[in-house]
Amino acid sequence: MSKNPMMPESHRIIHVRQETALESTFRIEADFPPALGQFYMVSIPKIGEMPISISGIGPGWIDMTIRNVGRVSRTVHSLNEKSVLFLRGPYGNGFPMKEFGGYHLAVAAGGSGIAPVRPLVEHYYQHPDEVEKLDLLFGFKTPDDILFRQDIERWKSRFETTLTVDDGCGIWDGECVGLVTEYVEDIKLSESDRMVIIIVGPPIMIKYTAAAFIRRGISEERIIVSMERRMSCGIGKCGHCKIGEYYICLDGPVFRYNDAVRLID
Amino acid sequence: MEWKLADAAFNDLFVKLKDDYLIYGPKRFDRGGRFADTDLIRYDEVERPAEIVWNEKSAFSPKEVVFPITQTLFYFTEEKILEPVPDENRLLVFLRPCDINGIRRLDTIYLENGTQPDSYYARLRKRIRFVMMECTESFDNCFCVSMKSNTASGYDMAIRAGRGEFLVEVKNDEFLRYFSPDLPQVEFIPEFVRENRIRVTVPDTDEVPAGIYTHDMWNEYKSRCIACGRCNTACITCSCHTTADIFYDDNIHAGERRRTWASCHIDGFTDMAGGISFRKDNGSRMRFKVLHKIHDYRKRFGEQMCVGCGRCDDNCPELISYSNCISRLSKVIQETSS
Repeated sequence: MSKNPMMPESHRIIHVRQETALESTFRIEADFPPALGQFYMVSIPKIGEMPISISGIGPGWIDMTIRNVGRVSRTVHSLNEKSVLFLRGPYGNGFPMKEFGGYHLAVAAGGSGIAPVRPLVEHYYQHPDEVEKLDLLFGFKTPDDILFRQDIERWKSRFETTLTVDDGCGIWDGECVGLVTEYVEDIKLSESDRMVIIIVGPPIMIKYTAAAFIRRGISEERIIVSMERRMSCGIGKCGHCKIGEYYICLDGPVFRYNDAVRLID
Repeated sequence: MEWKLADAAFNDLFVKLKDDYLIYGPKRFDRGGRFADTDLIRYDEVERPAEIVWNEKSAFSPKEVVFPITQTLFYFTEEKILEPVPDENRLLVFLRPCDINGIRRLDTIYLENGTQPDSYYARLRKRIRFVMMECTESFDNCFCVSMKSNTASGYDMAIRAGRGEFLVEVKNDEFLRYFSPDLPQVEFIPEFVRENRIRVTVPDTDEVPAGIYTHDMWNEYKSRCIACGRCNTACITCSCHTTADIFYDDNIHAGERRRTWASCHIDGFTDMAGGISFRKDNGSRMRFKVLHKIHDYRKRFGEQMCVGCGRCDDNCPELISYSNCISRLSKVIQETSS
């Protein structure tokens, strides 16, 4: 009998770190390293299944940063170090890392969109020689929503980093207030075509951030985005993530913007 | 090989087949039709050959035989995850050429899209054989000829039902053993519908012009479509599903993961936890469905998804004509491009 691709496997939670009031990062035992930018179907039997991108990769483990906003994620948030959860995957294409060799990269992430790019940034933090330059631009709603604050502090030492909040709420001691799009101007772009922009975040943030880079002369082909849709299967059957002729689970979640911009829901 | 069977011989054949197969076909259900005093024709297990309705179109497709409306994927008991014990019954389905073509679309999604075939579908599909019901007359709303789905070759047997006699073609040798050598052999090549009353112009463009997505033509469906999803459930080619977990009321430590038909017209299809959803208005959902059926699928797999069975139009409570919409879309695309 053929293998059942829907069968989830149990994985032990090694560690849970609370990031914000709603988000925690779960470090999970996993011996098969996924590609950067891929995702897993995470499930709790009897509760449900959800697609979650990988927010960290290390020897024998992966991180997943999960926001407590739905039925399954609420249950995951009740788990601790002694618990197991169930995974299928990894799924999706991931970032075309080979292509980035020697490139100038700029990463713009909004809110929990920072989760799928964290392993990529961490990879270049560990291997800075692989790229010519890496610029980081992160935006969150308020100071309380900032994810991976310690990582961002660390990354600042190697990469030009802008951290902004939409609303300082009177408690923000950082330099920048405003939407990510307002700081696109500040990124020093390379003249050469060896420049790639990676944008991850909510659909509206991707749209306007891409437009801001395009206004600065970056072509759609030079912009890479990662998309999120509802999914039930992760393997191209359930139809939830189909847009145009593409399935986000199979052909994405990482797309070149010249393709992504044509995909109208 | 082809045979001519009188009523009695056909009954004998049916009895023999029933020993080895569960037989499904379009059956009549008293007064269950869409209109007052009409019967509902839909698929169900058939006990006697006389139950098969040859001269009317079924309101629903045979999709539910191949792809169950609800299916348990796993049973959860404490730490264990168990797959349901596979059903070993062999199935024989009586269906028309359009539906044979439609099931090929389901095969494409469940077996070929991506790198991992769906094991539940694959297991059930292997047990199914098809008897093509020769279909030469076009029913209300049929437009199979426009969709090039009026002919089919992927069947195991084909049958022409005449007055008191049946002509049978056997294509799959595993069925030869049901025919005794003394039955009269004849020449029989199934015929197909060559013309429908409804003709549809399908856009032949490779790229949908960007203006189509926001075109006024979809606005009419915003208010007319009520997002009931009948078009999707009646469609032989709609293949989407949603999975949901449950636990039992009287024992929360045990439960199931199930999948159930889902569809792009129905509320909630794109909802994500946290509040983001797409295609909130019903006009966008109509646009999404239509473009999938006559463009997106073709672009990915090389053949049209829609087979022109017209059941969407048969079942729409708001009298939306999908076939009309396709022709209208072709016209709009032509106007936009010129």
